[in-house]
Formats: sequence, structure tokens, C-alpha cells
Amino acid sequence: MDGIGASVLVVSPNRPSRASVTTFRALVWSGFRRYATYRQATVAGMFTNIVFGFLRCYVLLAVAGGAAGGMAAGYDPTQLATYVWVGQGLLNVVGIWGWTDLSDRIRTGDIAADLLRPVPPVTAYLAADLGRATHGMLARFIPPVIVGLIFFPLAVPARWQTVPLFALSVILAVIGSFACRFLVNATAYWLQDARGPIMLWTLGSGVLTGLYFPLRLFPDWAVAVLWLGTPLPGLLQTPLDVAAERDSPALQAGLVALQAVWAVIMLALARLVQHRAERKLVLQGG
Amino acid sequence: MGDLRAYAALLGGQFRSVTSYRASFVVELFSSAGATALDVVTVVVLFGAAVEVGGFTLAEALMMTGIAASGFVLGDLAVGSVERIKLYVRTGMLDAVLVRPLGVLPQLVLMDFPLRKALRLVFGTSVIGVAIALNDVDWTPARVLLMVVAPIAAGVYFGAIFVISATLSFWWVESGEIGNGFTYGGRDFTSYPITVYSGWFRGLFAYGLGFGFVAYQPGLALLGRPDPLGLPGWAGYSSPLVALLAAGIAAVVWRVGVRHYRSTGS
Repeated sequence: MDGIGASVLVVSPNRPSRASVTTFRALVWSGFRRYATYRQATVAGMFTNIVFGFLRCYVLLAVAGGAAGGMAAGYDPTQLATYVWVGQGLLNVVGIWGWTDLSDRIRTGDIAADLLRPVPPVTAYLAADLGRATHGMLARFIPPVIVGLIFFPLAVPARWQTVPLFALSVILAVIGSFACRFLVNATAYWLQDARGPIMLWTLGSGVLTGLYFPLRLFPDWAVAVLWLGTPLPGLLQTPLDVAAERDSPALQAGLVALQAVWAVIMLALARLVQHRAERKLVLQGG
Repeated sequence: MGDLRAYAALLGGQFRSVTSYRASFVVELFSSAGATALDVVTVVVLFGAAVEVGGFTLAEALMMTGIAASGFVLGDLAVGSVERIKLYVRTGMLDAVLVRPLGVLPQLVLMDFPLRKALRLVFGTSVIGVAIALNDVDWTPARVLLMVVAPIAAGVYFGAIFVISATLSFWWVESGEIGNGFTYGGRDFTSYPITVYSGWFRGLFAYGLGFGFVAYQPGLALLGRPDPLGLPGWAGYSSPLVALLAAGIAAVVWRVGVRHYRSTGS
């Protein structure tokens, strides 16, 4: 672990980006270790994910069973089961809920310490969040999918593109989710207490990211508005559709590209908001 | 009398604290009601994609959703804040609660009484109202009584589940989200006719844990429909008994749990 301690990093004059890469990697690792510490809580959370997996899977299968042709919103029963169980696994990788680190630090004033660091806060928090997501992928993603495979017939990917596209889509979902959460938390710069926005986010994101049910159960115009006009389907619905092979390969690639556009927009917005907040803080302190 | 005055003081403190941050309280009041609304919207959207789900129409299912939502809100409002016991046990704050000459459970409940969830109750009961309007209920005195008692019994039942889940943290401090699987999971389970589920999962939740008697059986009795799963008609009227049984078990488990508490040692 050379160069990871609290001391000054050794910067190679030949490769000026090396220091920032090392710092980023160290922050990712710290995020990973933080979540790997609470093993019992991981087991407890997994249990709950699995219970909800059973509930959602049975309900969606019953919906398909009661619909014409045994298909609900264009998904056959095995695709629905894949949608639910991969979704239960991804829930804690993407981590749409429960992140209040930034707003807590703004409220308590600890954010001042973050601003003194040489790494921009958006970058530092993103690195830690990627570490958290990596831990989620290893510890929280696999068990629900295995339980789903044991108790339900799942649709297994048939196309070779699905696996790499899914991996890319998950990474984009994590980045998009992080940027959204950062923005929701950043309202605390102006409001002091971000509880209201966080509550609204928790409410809206469960439905509008496709966690409770596939968004395609909504009317077509609403689906189009959600997909094109908000980053939310990119947080769960897109990777889950890729995994369930709901669309043709070309359309899937297009949806992942749309997801990438939204991830970049949201991340840029997070940087902009952080920048504005810093100027405001300096004005206040000055 | 002295006890009652102390409890009233705890509740009064809660009331004062929410009235001093009015804007925040109003936001929380409405977002909290929004959560219950979304659960019902989910049911409506899912039924919109099919003619029948589990052999029931949307109107029939709303009877169960309404009882489940009202019951869950009642239980959550009354004792839901007992969830916070994880925090009290981990930090040792429960010591302060134990040394006071008042009941432990009432104190915990009143120390964080969620007034912000009050609006949910209006929403939950209005779903029952809609369900009654949509279905052609054959009113008898027994059914009228059941319509009033079933949501209350469901509330007692969910309250018992909240207490039992919270007690887990006396033995396993890091139990974290496990309780949610039964409290919020139970709410989701009871929101649909249990014919939707199958196999051992249905057996365990509906009959083993008793969730089938919270909304499904009383809903059938109100609708006058025979149970497709074969239980007799009076099963719907047994929901208060199931609720009392659950409350009795919760009381015993809670007492054992509090005795088992050994503080943090710090």
C-alpha cells in the first residue's frame, strides 16, 4: 500500500496524473472497507432483501398470470422473475436509499474539513461510493440472485452482449445514483436540514426507478417522459431491462447510452451545485 | 395518576417540538401520507395490467389493501417508534429509560411519537371507504361490526409485529433491517389477496405468522366471498382473536427481552 498513508503522496514527474489516480484508488478502497466492517448488518439487510424479493416476485407473477397472454408489460414470467431478483440484488449496489453522509456533514459543519482537502468533494465522495458499490456487488448482489434461481424459473441471458452491457449499465447506474443523492443531500447547503428533500427522494425514487414494479406498466407517454426527461429509470430500470433482455440488442445499447448521458449530466450538475455552495460558504465565512 | 401526568408531559413535549418547526412538520406530514398513497398507487397500477390478480378484481383487492393500510398505519402510529430501540440498546441510552419509575414500552413510544404519520390514517381509512363504495357489500350487523373491528385488530397485530421485531435487538444489536422484513414486508404481504403467493412462503406468512388473518380473511368475510384456499367463512371474524394472541406473545417476548438487556458496559 505505498503512497496511501496520511503522508504526502509521491508524485512522479513523468506521470502527473499518477497522484490523483492513487488518491482515487485509496478512497475507493476506504469506501469498500467501511461497508465490509459491518458484516452482521450486511447479513440482516440481505435477509430483508430476500423477503421482499419473494413478495414482489409472487405479485408480479400473479399480474402476468391474470393478464392476456400471460405477459405483463411485455415481460414473460421468467423475465419478470429475473427483473425482481436482479433488482433486489442491485438495490444495495446502486444504493438509492439511506445515504445522508453529505447532508449530515453540512449540518454539523464537518464539511469544512472536506473543503480543506486537496481532492474536490464530488470526486472524493464518488470514489468512496464506488467502493461501497463494489462491496455491494460482492456481498449483496449475489445472494438474492441465487435465492431467486433456486425458487423461481429465471430468464438466463441468451445473448453474449448482455453480460458486458449489464456490467457497464450497473457502473453507470451507480454513478447516476450517486450524483442524484449528492444533489439531494446538497440542498442542506441552503436548507441546513435536508430531511424533507431526502424523504421526497426516498418516496419518488422507489417508484420512478422501477424498483416496485417495471416502469413499462405505466402508459407509453409516461414511460417516454421518465426515460428521456429524468435520470431515474437509469438507476435501476435500465440495468434490469438489460439483464432480463426485454428489448432488442440495438434498443438496449441505446438505453444504456441514454443512461450514460444522464449520468454525465447529473455528475456535472453535482459539481456545479457544489461549486456554487462553496462560493456561498466563503461569502458567509468572509 | 402521577404516571399518567408524566406520560402526558412526554407527549406534550413531542407536540411542542413539532409545533415549533411548523414548515418542517407540514412537509413531513404530507410526504408521510404520500408513502401510504404510493403503496395504494402500486396496487392500482399492477391491477391495471391484468384483468384479475390471484382471482380477485381491483375493487375486491382494495378491500384488503384498505384494511392492511389502515391497520399498518394504526400500529405504526401507536408503537412504530419502538424501532428506534436498536439505537438505544447500542448506545446504552436504554439505561436512562430503565431507571425512571415508568413503563419502558410506553416511554419509548411517547419519546418519539410520530405525529407526522397522522395524515396517513385518513388516507388508509378512505381506501376502505372507496372499497365499500366499489363493492356491493351485503350489510349485516356482523359485517358492520367487522368493518370497524378489522382495521383496529390489524393495527393491534402490526403493533405486536413491531414490538417483536424490535425486541430482536436485545439479543442481536446489529439486527439492522431484519425487522423490516416482517413489519414493512408484512404490510406488503397483506396488501394483496394471499392467493397471489404460493407454496411454503404463503404457508409461513399467512398461517404460520398469521398475516392471512389481518386483511385477507376479514376482507373475504366483508365481500361475502368463499375462501378459494378453503378456510370456512368465520375465519374472517377471527381476526381480533389472532391480533390478541399476537399482542400476548409480543408482551411476553418484550418482557423477556428487557430482562435480557445488559447495557453496553461503557
